[in-house]
Amino acid sequence: MSDKGTIIAGLVIFLALVTFPIWYALGGEGDSSPPDLEMPTDATQCVEDKDYMTANHMDLLNQWRDAVVREGRREYTSSSGEKHTMSLTGTCLNCHSNRDAFCTQCHDYANVEPGCWDCHVEPKGN
Amino acid sequence: MEETRRSFLRKAACGGVGLSCGFPLLGAACSASKHNGDGEGSSSTQWAMVVDIRKCLQEDVHRACIEACHREHNVPEIPDLEEEVKWVWAEEYEHVFPDQTHAHTQENLKEAPVLVLCNHCTRPSCVRVCPTGATWKREGDGVVMMDMHRCIGCRYCMAACPYGARSFNWRDPREYVKKDEHGELPSDYPTRTIGVVEKCTFCAERLRDGRQPACVEAVAKVPGGAGALTFGDVTDRNSEVSRVLRENHTICRRVSLGTGPKVFYIV
Repeated sequence: MSDKGTIIAGLVIFLALVTFPIWYALGGEGDSSPPDLEMPTDATQCVEDKDYMTANHMDLLNQWRDAVVREGRREYTSSSGEKHTMSLTGTCLNCHSNRDAFCTQCHDYANVEPGCWDCHVEPKGN
Repeated sequence: MEETRRSFLRKAACGGVGLSCGFPLLGAACSASKHNGDGEGSSSTQWAMVVDIRKCLQEDVHRACIEACHREHNVPEIPDLEEEVKWVWAEEYEHVFPDQTHAHTQENLKEAPVLVLCNHCTRPSCVRVCPTGATWKREGDGVVMMDMHRCIGCRYCMAACPYGARSFNWRDPREYVKKDEHGELPSDYPTRTIGVVEKCTFCAERLRDGRQPACVEAVAKVPGGAGALTFGDVTDRNSEVSRVLRENHTICRRVSLGTGPKVFYIV
């Protein structure tokens, strides 16, 4: 007598379970297309170039935070030599006026929850 | 004279003992000279405030001050007294100056409302105990600042502050901030969040732009409120606040503790 059938069936079930996340993702349950961001219409250039901002905006914001709160510096000189006021609600939101259409889009996609807006207030008129 | 082995060793031993005694003394002398006096010499500016208690007796004067501050900084109004958040508020004289009140203090003075706020001490005890550096004394202007990003809500500073000037956010403050006529927060100033400690910052955001603190500006607009609060740099002898301090008898809260308060009172 052989257990060949049971073993093969068991293996198939095991493999199906182990590889389930792959099938699930391929099944298209989650939309994996990149978020559609609303870009500012009245400005073409961010404080740094787009690739840098996409990858490092969180570090830049931390630098700005420390500079403003701890050292009392307000002026940022970008790598191209332009001067900007270091302010999340003043400078960033001045162009990216709708944070739900910009910040939140990406943060939801990346499943990160920065606490900026727990305290910071969107300027009126946005 | 010929140096013998014995005399050389004796001199070397004496020199060694002398050096080992001398260095700690030298070190102590250096650190003493660094922490000399009031510590005011090290900062270029030291903001200070003079509160004229007589002019603040009027209800509309001290209310204007409190309302202006709390509106400007989105300070929540929490009805539960154990959880309330205050930056500036009015307290009875005998509670503000328990060491100045005695059996024969004027009856009406005992219960007189006195404006109290963070004293922006020269040697702030809150700063000494903060484990994260979330509160510190700014070298440039002597403001005892708060960095809400770093506060972990341990409340050591609240225990250390002898003036009760700090409040803890036991709950999300946003829903308790009195909204304006459009149902929005009255100011763009960041609200705080649950689990952080907050207090008066002498309106650091206004000082940055060369403006006076919101409370000082507000009382000056109330009839009879001119001069109720005077704000300025005490290291500048020509400033208004220095003049007021020179010309009036002023007192401070709990001077004996050695914190060096920078809010003065004219009784």
